[in-house]
Amino acid sequence: MTNNATNEKRVISVIVMNESSVLSRITSMFAARGYNIESLTVAPIPESDMSHMTIETRGNAKVMEQITKQLHKLISVYKVIEHEEMIEKEMVLAKFPIAENLADISVLASAYNGGVVNVGKDMIIVMVADEPKRIKYFIEAAQRYNPCEVVRGGVVAIER
Amino acid sequence: MQMSGAQMVCEAIIAEGIKIVFGYPGGAIMHVYDEIYKQNGFEHILTRHEQAAVHAADGYARATGEVGVAMVTSGPGFTNAVTGLATAYMDSIPLVVISGQVPLSLIGTDGFQEIDAVGISRPCTKHNFLVRSLEELPRTLKEAFYLARSGRPGPILVDIPKDITVEIGSFSYPDSVSIPSYKPTYKGNNRQIEKATEAIKKAKKPLFYIGGGVVLSNAYQLVRELVEKTQIPVVETLMARGVMGAKNPLLLGMLGMHGNYASNMAMSETDLVISLGARFDDRVTGKLSEFAKYADIIHVDIDPANIAKLVDVDYPIVGDISAVLQKMLPLLDNINTDRYQTWREILKRYDELHPQSYVDSDEVIKPQWAIERLGELVGEDAIITSDVGQHQMWAAQHYPFDRPRQWINSGGLGTMGFGFPAAIGAKKAYPKKTVINITGDGSILMNMQELVTAAEYKIPVINIILNNHFLGMVRQWQTFFYEKRYSETDLTFQPNWKALAEACGGIGYDVTTKKGFDAAVKDAIKQNKVCFMNVAVNRFENVLPMVPSGGALFNMMLPPKTEIGEE
Repeated sequence: MTNNATNEKRVISVIVMNESSVLSRITSMFAARGYNIESLTVAPIPESDMSHMTIETRGNAKVMEQITKQLHKLISVYKVIEHEEMIEKEMVLAKFPIAENLADISVLASAYNGGVVNVGKDMIIVMVADEPKRIKYFIEAAQRYNPCEVVRGGVVAIER
Repeated sequence: MQMSGAQMVCEAIIAEGIKIVFGYPGGAIMHVYDEIYKQNGFEHILTRHEQAAVHAADGYARATGEVGVAMVTSGPGFTNAVTGLATAYMDSIPLVVISGQVPLSLIGTDGFQEIDAVGISRPCTKHNFLVRSLEELPRTLKEAFYLARSGRPGPILVDIPKDITVEIGSFSYPDSVSIPSYKPTYKGNNRQIEKATEAIKKAKKPLFYIGGGVVLSNAYQLVRELVEKTQIPVVETLMARGVMGAKNPLLLGMLGMHGNYASNMAMSETDLVISLGARFDDRVTGKLSEFAKYADIIHVDIDPANIAKLVDVDYPIVGDISAVLQKMLPLLDNINTDRYQTWREILKRYDELHPQSYVDSDEVIKPQWAIERLGELVGEDAIITSDVGQHQMWAAQHYPFDRPRQWINSGGLGTMGFGFPAAIGAKKAYPKKTVINITGDGSILMNMQELVTAAEYKIPVINIILNNHFLGMVRQWQTFFYEKRYSETDLTFQPNWKALAEACGGIGYDVTTKKGFDAAVKDAIKQNKVCFMNVAVNRFENVLPMVPSGGALFNMMLPPKTEIGEE
């Protein structure tokens, strides 16, 4: 069924009831049916009893159709949005030794829509929030400053 | 009204109109059982294994169309119930299973008899609940029953911590349910139904493909009306046996791996498949790329996820079969049924060429003969359950099923051990009907302890063991595909079936002749006690036709026309 030639990256938003074990219901469905989750972010929707999940996955049109239908079938799932025209952002926190060129690191972070968020005795921490593709470039560029830790936050998306 | 959580469970069961609960007590569910002891709103049947309790509730649900209820304790009580849940899940059977859980304060501590019931049952229930407070218990029970029976039915687990069953609180059972995220589509899109109807009128070789969804939707009369009106031939899945009635001239029979020649050829040559409540299971389709390759497909199903899951569908209709057919029938008022005459004749010739047949013997009882003879003896009135294996396929092929819910078996999961407890459930639902479990010498041992249940409660289920001293279906595959290496399928060593039945409070028959078969069936009905009828059948008989796994439907291994020797 799966055609690798069209195994494209897709981003879907899933609005779920904010109740215990809902996350595992979603991830179990992916696991049981052999679909991969590349990234997943989840947070409550303010002033509601629902949560918003953004799931980055891969698959051809047929696989995506099944993923959305199977998600819909879960009793806890209120809505599934398959994004076509979306604004997509991902956040990264990166920690560098204080001995590195701080000015360069600061400029690099600001080039990727971020900046320095913490300066300590031994370390400097920067945060950037940008499109997932650009986040990849940022992480590549940051390698020259010997980062000791890089934490990616997963994609969040909203339909335009 | 103030009451304990345990009382609330009983009150909810009564409020839902449930007459029978099947179950097995234990530490974490004891408070509920204490309330069961005190009440008389419903009957409780103590099975001898939790798996059997769930299968019995399942059999009750399949026979009646109502929700079946089973009750088990935490830990091993729950894990024993999982096969029952999975069986019901695969066949979309409405069940509510209530399990005890360790007290809230012990959850997550690896307490005695603690297991993550909602975690384990997630893939094999339609939905499940861990009740976290007494306040949410009544609403949760209401939602459980509602979810079990609405939309695409299925089993629901309600896991209740022990301390909640003791706690006292006010009870008010809700009248209605509001789950904003759950809104099944029943009606079917009008435009799609019109388009599908036009396709039926234009087709030259249309074919109805009827699945278990028709039974679940109680739509069989509408389906019969539709077939009568259109004069389009029909094939049934294993789960739909009985929908059309055995004598219907437009019914070709069962299709799929053990479908007959005409049915499988019809599916291979049709130009329009009209699928009603069938899910294109791999045991039906065979090799997908060859399945109905010349056909457009109309697919009516209440579960959108079933549509286009395996095959591309040209006319998807999401909805309840009954609701959709009520709309479709008037649109076919002026249909020209002569249009399909040639197609009907082609299929009739196929059926004449290779009818559903076997070579009978005077020396030994052939299992197919036993099934056909049983049909002649108890026929339309009996409810037939089955276990899983060769006997199940022979029953599906040869018994003259005349109505839906007459045939109860585990189709999706293929659960050996299902038939006997399911028969107990069916017999409790219809005490006046003859209920017969057709089983094998392998399957029956998987839940034979229920002899004690049936004997204690005087539930006179007849178990006909088609005994070939083999795990027959596996042996058949070993014959065809493993050069007769009968690895671990030889069941030469057997219990004394008659003595076993008698030891547990039932009666037993050893049958070796056709005459003896007739006599045993008649006597078993007269004796009105649970029984084991041990029928010695031809050891190396195969279920044919057969489409080898993954093969195209039109490449069938057909039955021999004359007797072939054993081994």
